[in-house]
Amino acid sequence: MRVSQISVFLENKSGRLAEVTRTLADRGINIRALCVAETIDYGVLRLIVSDPEAARRALSDGGFTVTETQVLVLEIPDRPGGLATAIERLAEKGINIEYIYAFVTKSGENANVVFRLEQMEEAARILAGEGFRILAGDEVYRL
Amino acid sequence: MGGFRPCHTACRVGVLIVAEGCVWDAAAECMPRDDLRRLQGERLRNVVRYAYDQVPAYRAKLDGAGVAPDAIKSLEDLSKLPFTTKDDLRENYPFGMFAVPLEQVVRLHASSGTTGKQTVVGYTRGDLDLWAEVIARTLSAGGVQARDIVQNSYGYGLFTGGLGLHYGAEKIGASVIPTSGGQTKRQIQIMQDFGTTALCCTPSYALVIAEAARELGADVRHLPLRVGFFGAEPWSERMRVDIESQMGVDALDIYGLSEVIGPGVSYECLEKAGLHVCEDHFYPEVVDPETGRPVAPGECGELVFTTLTKQALPLLRYRTRDLTTLDESPCPCGRTLRRMDHVTGRSDDMLIIRGVNVFPSQIEAVLLGIEGTSPHYLLVVDREYGRLDELEVWVEMSPETFSDEVKRLEALEQKVRAEIESVLGLTVRVKLVEPKSIPRSEGKAKRVMDGRDLGR
Repeated sequence: MRVSQISVFLENKSGRLAEVTRTLADRGINIRALCVAETIDYGVLRLIVSDPEAARRALSDGGFTVTETQVLVLEIPDRPGGLATAIERLAEKGINIEYIYAFVTKSGENANVVFRLEQMEEAARILAGEGFRILAGDEVYRL
Repeated sequence: MGGFRPCHTACRVGVLIVAEGCVWDAAAECMPRDDLRRLQGERLRNVVRYAYDQVPAYRAKLDGAGVAPDAIKSLEDLSKLPFTTKDDLRENYPFGMFAVPLEQVVRLHASSGTTGKQTVVGYTRGDLDLWAEVIARTLSAGGVQARDIVQNSYGYGLFTGGLGLHYGAEKIGASVIPTSGGQTKRQIQIMQDFGTTALCCTPSYALVIAEAARELGADVRHLPLRVGFFGAEPWSERMRVDIESQMGVDALDIYGLSEVIGPGVSYECLEKAGLHVCEDHFYPEVVDPETGRPVAPGECGELVFTTLTKQALPLLRYRTRDLTTLDESPCPCGRTLRRMDHVTGRSDDMLIIRGVNVFPSQIEAVLLGIEGTSPHYLLVVDREYGRLDELEVWVEMSPETFSDEVKRLEALEQKVRAEIESVLGLTVRVKLVEPKSIPRSEGKAKRVMDGRDLGR
């Protein structure tokens, strides 16, 4: 139920992002989803990839500062209000979302939303109870 | 030029008027060189004996060097004395180098030291009089008189700039406005409304004031402001030209360090060709920073001072770490006091940022105390020409500290910034960088990138 996300510290220098993507490409690692949180001086690149363990090793060996975080990936029907319901349920229970981003898959019928939350277990229970499908790690890596 | 005309009644021999400046104490400032040397030799003998008798640290130092106080008979013997350094002050922190009991100390100032410990200086009432005296000389050399309005924008507080200038200006009888630093709009308002004629601040702040005034639609050149005393940081002839043309003033350099007394150790006259050292009170030498041996006359080296008359904190051969030259040629202004060049650099790694002394080791001490950072850092100092200095501290985070949540990284940044600011008393920018991204060097690490444009 938990999905491993790889995060990379990116100094605000030109070419830095390219080095990350090239490192992954050279190892045949596919990027499923990504998002960047940026500040004036640096960015934090968050990645969901086909093989988190290999990606983590490759990036560390390449001299990048890397950390692995567990996130929740939710399948949400691709129609208006799909996400709203999920977030409302979490808000009602007082569960804070640290950050959130979305990606779509090839089939295109559902959107996948990545949640980073403090109370993962509880959030997963609430959302499953509302009939949302929570994707397992292997499912996401193989998408 | 020339001629005697009284411009200050307390003067013993009347006052020499030079161009628009005047000499505060012609008897001292224009004393024939031979008389001056005799006076210095006599005062040197006294201060060596005084320091030996009153300061145990000096007694130990001289005994250790095998120099009996009586062996110092004249200026020629000066080089027999061991040097005094900032380390001596640190080891005797806070009051161990004082030659008088605290009952006689009426003022304390402090500036940053190399390892977190500040350098503390004390003044007796007599020392404060001396300080006011040398500042009176300084301001008089720029033509300041009792009818002048002096806006003192040096910081008031532990820093010696504010209070140092203040009492010297009062001694002349000028009207002093103690604006201290900052609040630029208010500075300009006061300058306009009160009719300020003399300004005291750092040279970079002078340019900031001039620019801010233009933005407010005011032109400093059309105000009564006539002269400025700019010090506490290195500057250049190009900055002088810019300040003078943008403000319509004579821009004069002043020099000092708190250990010796504060501002007023040396000052420029309107000839603007070097700073006259108040050498009847502070005897200057220039030495090779490596060997400690005096350099040939006119050569650049480290400035060393022996205080000849100070009571609370006498210093024998104190190493300033400031690099300069001494000029013995006569000055057209009539003063016989030797002139030092603008300070051109330092023989240690101290930085002067917006008038504040910063030692890289202070930053290191802060980082060692904060979990999640490594003591690898880089100080990046920048000054866009005509602006104030900016200090950016690049801090390497440790791999364990890295979080994918920006708010955690920002919290770390904030913490580092708050700690550094409280230690330095200076606003800084902190930038987190990747582990191992700051170049390691063998031997002495390169901790500073100074890209300041002083207009040299």
